[in-house]
Amino acid sequence: MSHSEPRQDGGEDERVPFMQRLLDNPFLLLFIGVTVPTVFYIIWGVMEIAQIPIAP
Amino acid sequence: MATIEQFRTCPTTGLKVHLAAENLIKANAVVAVVFLAVGGLFGLMVALTRWPAVHLLPADWFYLALTAHGLDVLLVWIIFFEVAILYFASAVLLNCRLAAPRVAWVAFALMLIGAVLANITVLQGQSSVMFTSYVPMPAAPNFYLSLIIFAVGALIACFVFFGTLVIAKEEKTYQGSIPLVTFGAMTAAIIAVFTLAAGAIILVPTWLWSIGYISDIDPLTYKLVWWAMGHSSQQINVSAHVAVWYAIAAIVLGAKPISEKVSRSAFLLYILFLQLASAHHLLAEPGISSEWKIFNTSYMMYLAVLGSMIHGLTVPGAIEAAQRRRGLTNGIFEWLRKAPWGNPAFAGMFLSLVMFGFLGGITGVVLGTEQLNLLMHNTLYVPGHFHGTVVAGTTLAFMSVTYLVIPLIFRRDLVLKKVAQIQPYLFGIGAGGISLFMMGAGTLGVARRHWDIGFADAVLRFEYPEVAILMLGLNGICAVLASLGGISYVVVVVGSVLFGKKMGESKLAAPVAPVTSTAGVVGEYGNAGTLKLPGTIVLVSVFMMAFILYYVVNWKYLSEIWPLR
Repeated sequence: MSHSEPRQDGGEDERVPFMQRLLDNPFLLLFIGVTVPTVFYIIWGVMEIAQIPIAP
Repeated sequence: MATIEQFRTCPTTGLKVHLAAENLIKANAVVAVVFLAVGGLFGLMVALTRWPAVHLLPADWFYLALTAHGLDVLLVWIIFFEVAILYFASAVLLNCRLAAPRVAWVAFALMLIGAVLANITVLQGQSSVMFTSYVPMPAAPNFYLSLIIFAVGALIACFVFFGTLVIAKEEKTYQGSIPLVTFGAMTAAIIAVFTLAAGAIILVPTWLWSIGYISDIDPLTYKLVWWAMGHSSQQINVSAHVAVWYAIAAIVLGAKPISEKVSRSAFLLYILFLQLASAHHLLAEPGISSEWKIFNTSYMMYLAVLGSMIHGLTVPGAIEAAQRRRGLTNGIFEWLRKAPWGNPAFAGMFLSLVMFGFLGGITGVVLGTEQLNLLMHNTLYVPGHFHGTVVAGTTLAFMSVTYLVIPLIFRRDLVLKKVAQIQPYLFGIGAGGISLFMMGAGTLGVARRHWDIGFADAVLRFEYPEVAILMLGLNGICAVLASLGGISYVVVVVGSVLFGKKMGESKLAAPVAPVTSTAGVVGEYGNAGTLKLPGTIVLVSVFMMAFILYYVVNWKYLSEIWPLR
């Protein structure tokens, strides 16, 4: 997949910066926005709770 | 593909408006306002019960009203209005057709059925479990089912929004990147997907538990996953109301962001880290490690707070740049003094910006600090904080943008214009006071969610300082003020939609008329092109000083009640 856009003056393609490619991709942002809290908040949190010993 | 007849051109912004999207925006906005009225009424009853001199409701009605209030205003009003914003920010701002309008109507129907069923179930009296509905306290099965139906509808609406982004890109209805307001709405939609998925993960088994298919639900796991929905739903609000701030500044003043890249990066910080702030509700749980608590609430949440502080700089900065471009260059604050304070959309937006920062933002950081949280965990400080974010911040911002939505989307002139001009001040002062005085009472230890804070019927009574009782009285007075502001809003909105003069192809008129002819910048990508913003720098410096001072004062307060010897 090419990460370049044609220039309006018809010249050589200009490389689109990484951050702009990231910010212009809603589905990649959706993936990141769901994964980060799922891993750090929910999965890590459930692992913490699962490690609490059961009262005898 | 939509034919040209399915669009009209907005005479004020020059944007193409898809008529199917317009009808959906109207439907979602109208239902949102109805539930705001219902939820606001319950809120007034709660505040008047907390006022010891009035103590309006008996205990069972207090908990019922508190449940209905939280449900109707924290969830139903806000999410319906946010769906309207999502459709506006996608189809209208990107000049394209809305993806799958019929599916969007199914989403609307599901949300409406869920909201009505939730209210009926709560009013039946067997589900006074409050908004959090912590297990093992049971509610009627229909309570959980109604929330699941509502969440499924809202999730479908989010995907209609993402589908519309795809259509706009495929059909090349915009150049380059999407406009900032659409990007902010997209941030809200991303957080909404996580929020609603977390809601489904916890509410589906809880519903099955309520009808006897599951024997028990672990209370701490419930609390953890529930807050992934409960707190993140308020982060949808933050993203959406920041997008609304940018939208109002653009439409009323032709304001462009100081830097699109910086503002978009601030939204990226929201996407990455804002939902993690949910952890501050579990800071007093002994079973969870400090590593998890501090990573989620301090290290990561501070990055999200950085995002908010960037918006706190760039929104007034964009306004100042636009005003200075109009020639208001005398001194540091001429741009602010001569801002359109009689325009309810602008006035409400600016009040929302200031109060969200000073009341909701600063206190959110204090609550999110593990040690300081011990000072006010589960006290009235918590609802005080979120009335600063969700009521003085989000609700006031949404009310403000309604004054533009009525002429732009409903194409009706406002009725009772003087009332509309006063309304943001009335509601803003009331909501700000509610937040401030509840936080004051909470700082003095007054418990939240309690019908009788003094335990009058108990063997051992508890006496709070007199000033705490004063705070609750002032909270009641401010709730009355905010209710007057809320009633004024509903009267103006309903009156304008039903009886307002039809505008046809006329442009926005006073008091909401833009001060420039460049309202169309709301749908464009671009920068203000200046960093000469002395007024904004002064305002931001005042905010930072207040922030540091309040943070330090709370550490001192903690050291006094919890001496290390």
